[in-house]
Amino acid sequence: MRSPILGLGARFLLPLFLISSLYILLRGHNAPGGGFIGGLIAALGFAILIFAEGTAAARRALKIEPRNLGGIGLLCALLAGFGAAPSGGAPFQGLWLALPVLPLSTVLLFDIGVYFAVLGGVLTLIFALEEGGDA
Amino acid sequence: MAQQESGQGGVSPARMAGYLAAAIAFAVFGLVLAQLERVSGSAILFDLDWAPSLGIGFSFLLDPLALVFAALISGIGGLIFIYATGYMGGHPQFGRFVLFLFLFMLSMLGLVLARDLITLFVFWELTSLTSYLLIGFAHDDPRARRNALQAMLVTASGGLALLAGFILIGTAAGSYDLAVILQGGGLQQSPLYGAILVLVLLGAFTKSAQIPFHFWLPNAMAAPTPVSAYLHSATMVKAGVYLLARLHPLLSGTDGWEVSLTLAGGVTALFASVIALRQRDLKQMLAWTTLMALGVLVLMLAQDTAAALTAAIAFLIIHALYKAALFMVVGAVDHATGTRDVRALRGLRRGMPLTAVLALLAAGSMAGLPPFSGWIGKELLYTGAIPLLVPLLLVSNALIFAVAGGVALRPFFGPPPGDLPSGALPSGALPHEPGWQLLLGPLLLGGAGLLFGLMPGLLQPLLDAVLRGFGLDHAAGLHLWAGGSLPLVLSLATFALGSLLFLAAPRLRAQGEGPRLADRLWDRLLEVFAAIAAWQTRVIQSGRLSRYLVISFTTLALVLGVTLAARRPALAIQPDAPLSLWLIAAFTIGGAGLALTPHSRIANIAGIGTVGIGVALIFLIFGAPDVAMTQLMVESLAAVLFGIALLRLPGLSERRSPGRRALHWLISGAAGLAVTLLLLAITAHPPDRQLATWFEENAFTRAHGLNIVNVILVDFRAFDTFGELTVVLLAAIGASALLKRRIGGARR
Repeated sequence: MRSPILGLGARFLLPLFLISSLYILLRGHNAPGGGFIGGLIAALGFAILIFAEGTAAARRALKIEPRNLGGIGLLCALLAGFGAAPSGGAPFQGLWLALPVLPLSTVLLFDIGVYFAVLGGVLTLIFALEEGGDA
Repeated sequence: MAQQESGQGGVSPARMAGYLAAAIAFAVFGLVLAQLERVSGSAILFDLDWAPSLGIGFSFLLDPLALVFAALISGIGGLIFIYATGYMGGHPQFGRFVLFLFLFMLSMLGLVLARDLITLFVFWELTSLTSYLLIGFAHDDPRARRNALQAMLVTASGGLALLAGFILIGTAAGSYDLAVILQGGGLQQSPLYGAILVLVLLGAFTKSAQIPFHFWLPNAMAAPTPVSAYLHSATMVKAGVYLLARLHPLLSGTDGWEVSLTLAGGVTALFASVIALRQRDLKQMLAWTTLMALGVLVLMLAQDTAAALTAAIAFLIIHALYKAALFMVVGAVDHATGTRDVRALRGLRRGMPLTAVLALLAAGSMAGLPPFSGWIGKELLYTGAIPLLVPLLLVSNALIFAVAGGVALRPFFGPPPGDLPSGALPSGALPHEPGWQLLLGPLLLGGAGLLFGLMPGLLQPLLDAVLRGFGLDHAAGLHLWAGGSLPLVLSLATFALGSLLFLAAPRLRAQGEGPRLADRLWDRLLEVFAAIAAWQTRVIQSGRLSRYLVISFTTLALVLGVTLAARRPALAIQPDAPLSLWLIAAFTIGGAGLALTPHSRIANIAGIGTVGIGVALIFLIFGAPDVAMTQLMVESLAAVLFGIALLRLPGLSERRSPGRRALHWLISGAAGLAVTLLLLAITAHPPDRQLATWFEENAFTRAHGLNIVNVILVDFRAFDTFGELTVVLLAAIGASALLKRRIGGARR
């Protein structure tokens, strides 16, 4: 049973969720938000799409296997953890580029890793449950 | 089973790996021997911090004792790799075999070179693990799997005792560094000595297969022959002997040491040599004589005289040489004839004259005949033994003499071979000599056994250096002709008695190989364990969710209730809360009521979600927007997941009896009340602001972030977060795999 209204709504809602999730991710260091919340919001966007259109459509929209997405996230976080190693820093020590407007840092990379790991993990679970039920 | 040599074509990558491993082993052998001069003065040390806060180092030392073992391990190891390449190079999984064997060699080298006790323990367990993989190499054979598991369980549980013993040594000596511990003198006066002795002996006796832990070693013959030749004669089973020798200066000299080692070694030596003579399988005969040798080594280490210790170290080397060679010869016989049954084999010298000569070369040393090194070893044993044990040694040595004849004479001499039970040889055909890979090992090892017999002076400096490590000036002298003394008389008596036993052996073998009592007891023991585990699982893990919940919540209510009742803490009851909070509380309680709706799952999910949103609102009011946002997201996702999962279940129907329902109400109510009281009691105290203050002060200055929660997550506690991420992802992947498997199972 597919609802066309929900389907159309989901198509519009997904980009909104994704944009707001990125916004939440990037502002996280100085205002409420962060990679964890951002990842959850993005996962919710896909959850709505799954409800409306099924997992096949969601997979097409995602374009990448959710567990691989999670793996990429974990890899980003790990890379960030080694960021300070060449300069003799401790594991997971933050490293900041001294730019006035663009606060790039290994900490941001770590947060991006959190975002993708959470998104990938949650979607892996939702896909498995949803597809498990179909069979 | 032995694989046939293909012989033609190029060398396969797996064979290349075998030769490469041999080359590496020989390189290690050369490197180790090159250090002999240096090591005789002082040990070479190597250090790497591992866990400095615990005083544990990843450190190694090379002293004469370690050198003896390292040279045996690498030298024989190299020959074994060449042998294995000829023996089973065509096996489809030979590459894997080489890997396992190489890992084993590294573990063994690590064990004997370890300077830190914990490092030693790690390598000790690694040898158990790799030996498990090697014994169970023919993993489609249930017997091999069973015997591999048996060997690992016995040696690894001994390893656990050893770990406890090492920790006690570390406590008593104040260091885990062997170089420091050995400098510090013995532990015989320590109050922990008794416990240390028991635990260390448990470790050593299980590894070196002393009675009553001996049964795994003959079973380990399920391994391919190269493994038996390497692990179960020359190296791994000697690990226990190494440990006893290594800790000898620390622990020896007490009645406890002397009695337990003498008893275990003596009983093992005698028992094993009797059983050895009754075996029909050549490999089993060798396995039981290995037990005898281990028993004798332990027996010698019980003493602290120069004669006994010289005998121990010399016999260790001599035994490793001839036993590995004989295993290789037996493998060659098996390879050529397809059987190892001593009753069926005879006259093989007609087809395999070279193999026959090599068998005699090694067996001469085993029998203790002059001029082989075994002769010197036997004389040393008789010199080193306490008078009480001489009759026991005499009998054991005579039995070994008879077994040596059984291994080297019976299969090769006599009338030409008839039809073999294996059918590997057509009637009347002669077996062929094996390839050079199978002959090189017995040739070099047997040759070395003869060389050391003719020129015992070659071993003398090495033994002197080792004995200095035991606090003695020099080793007893090694002589081919020690004069017409008591040991000479004993040797002659050994030969006489041994010859009689050799002639009587076929009749003994006809009576059967004897019961394997300990082996059967082991099976019973495992059955008992399995029964206890099954019973415990039935009782604790019923598989019913409602029962788990009942147990969890009853425990929670009881533990909290008793604690609260005993402590009677002050409760923070604030009836003057603002109206908004009262409204949120009412909203949340309403949600909880909705979650209890009996007949609708969707109402339950909505109710739980409502409770979550109420909690999120409370977080928001108390100034934790991050937590509130997370809570909202998690609640939404939980509703989605619950929705997918629960709505597929069959409809709710109430089938529980009223009594059970009342019980569930009671437990839920009690748990809820206890948690409420706990929260009221906690909030009665002002929270500890120490950590919060630190984070507030440092979040911006050190981590350039204004959002403290986020800074903690991604910077201050990033390592924790990383661990949590891994868990989240693994849990999701695990759940997804479980769900897919369940569906797959249903389809089938």
